[in-house]
Amino acid sequence: MKNRTGRFISYIFLIISSLVSVFPFYWMFVISTNSTAAANKFPPKIIPGNQFFENIQNAWQNADFVTALFNTLIVAGTITVSQLFFCSLAAFALARLEFKGRKLIFLLIVSTMLLPPASPIPLYMIVSKFDWINSLYAVIIPFLVGAFGVFLMKQFIESSIHPELIESAKMDGARNFQTYYQIVLPILKPGLATLAIITFMGVWNDFVWPSIVLKEQSVQTLQLAVRGLQNAYNRDTALIVTGAFITTLPLLAIFIPFSRQFIAGLAEGSVKG
Amino acid sequence: MAMSAKSDKKPRFKYGSQASKDALSGYLYVAPFFILFLTFGIFPIFYNLYISLFSWKLFGAEPEFIGLQNYIWLLTDDPTFIKSVVNTFSIWIISTIPQLFIALVLAYVLNQGFVKMKDMFRMAIFMPFITSILAVTIIFNSLFSRDFGLINFILGTEGLDWENNNRFLTHVAIATMVNWRWIGYNTIIYMAGLQTIGKDLYEAATIDGANKIQQFFYITIPQLRPIILFTIIMSSIGGMSLFIEPLVFLDIRGGSANQGLTMFLYLYETAFGTKYNVGYSAAISWVMFVIVVLFALLNWFVTTKVIKD
Repeated sequence: MKNRTGRFISYIFLIISSLVSVFPFYWMFVISTNSTAAANKFPPKIIPGNQFFENIQNAWQNADFVTALFNTLIVAGTITVSQLFFCSLAAFALARLEFKGRKLIFLLIVSTMLLPPASPIPLYMIVSKFDWINSLYAVIIPFLVGAFGVFLMKQFIESSIHPELIESAKMDGARNFQTYYQIVLPILKPGLATLAIITFMGVWNDFVWPSIVLKEQSVQTLQLAVRGLQNAYNRDTALIVTGAFITTLPLLAIFIPFSRQFIAGLAEGSVKG
Repeated sequence: MAMSAKSDKKPRFKYGSQASKDALSGYLYVAPFFILFLTFGIFPIFYNLYISLFSWKLFGAEPEFIGLQNYIWLLTDDPTFIKSVVNTFSIWIISTIPQLFIALVLAYVLNQGFVKMKDMFRMAIFMPFITSILAVTIIFNSLFSRDFGLINFILGTEGLDWENNNRFLTHVAIATMVNWRWIGYNTIIYMAGLQTIGKDLYEAATIDGANKIQQFFYITIPQLRPIILFTIIMSSIGGMSLFIEPLVFLDIRGGSANQGLTMFLYLYETAFGTKYNVGYSAAISWVMFVIVVLFALLNWFVTTKVIKD
């Protein structure tokens, strides 16, 4: 009897938590399928309307989403590819090559993850010295490799690639880079996929740093386009929420099929630290 | 850690030997990280220290060296800064504590053997984490809307202005956004930690007659101590530097009465708002840095004291 009550309460708790987690997505959908006039009612509307395409059209006319999407893909794509390469390469060295100071170097890299986020001001001044203001370089180059990626890749290499495998490749006369490229990379695929999703999502969602260095419309990213809508049409809820919705949809499309792997990868990277 | 090379021969540094090749590749492969990190990570931190000693406007007159004057102004003559510190801590408390506690309970429940459809629950609870903070704030802006908001409807508080009515309400609204986005993430971390706790501990407790709630407090929490510590440190650092939510929910001043102004938002506003005072802003960021580090250490200390093995 008591056991049953416990189970019942557990399920209720899980169901409520899930609903609370998912509901705002549904709410985004509701608002972006209604006109602002229809959304501005009390009690609020909670069923979808049929204005979705009008809202999309409206958003399209008021922000240059095509350019923004193009820029976002360039930035996120470049950073993701570069992170996969440089992080896995560094992780390979730290996990499977012998050299002096290896452990200290790894410790240093990991400890940088615990630094509080630094002020964007000096970075802004450095980037403007390089003349990268209003250039995608400003949002790409500082992020081409990162501590989290190195850490995550090292975890994956240590758990999936046996030292003997590397040794035998060396016996066969493989150079270190060949070993990395022909042996480590293929086995590391699941790890690389996890890092790719995490990196891509992070860059796609980034908003503050781009808003500081990318002021011109020609270099705007998607988040900046949405922010622009919000600044310009403060009262037009349907328009703004539609903007937020269409920038979230692609991430949902990536996340839902890969959620198991993504969640497992994130947990892996955090817990073993 | 496996020391593979030791099995046959010790690495010896001779040119052309495998050991020297390994060392060369090793340094070469980690070099990109250090080049970028020194340029865009470490150098800015110290450059910031330098800037903070100047009266320095982003556009305009030449910077003028003023020593520690920015810090003296900040610590003795700036009520707005004090307000931003209070706001930051207030929002941190009402976001972090419920967030971590709910996540812990969720992970515990999801880890029970009888729960069906675990993957589905896990995915639903984790979903908020993939949205951008901008999108989260836009959604909650509309949910918290004074006239047409669903939250006012559910609570029966029609016409309540979460942005301007009172400072604490604003903090609750901001904390809600933070909690919504982060509970799932922490749940996943805790679940991964729970997998490492041996079943025999729970079985022994069950035989001794401990119920599930007692097991949660006397086994789960102590066993998870390192992971709880990790999440507390991470959310101390994250929560102390919170600023996008108030920036988007209110404005760059954190609202007309600075009711949602956080430390990080204040340093951001000082540099990029209307003042372009990067010298003063740099001083804020250093004082903030010290506060964050001290607070993280304090939390470390308190957590290890409170949760005993």
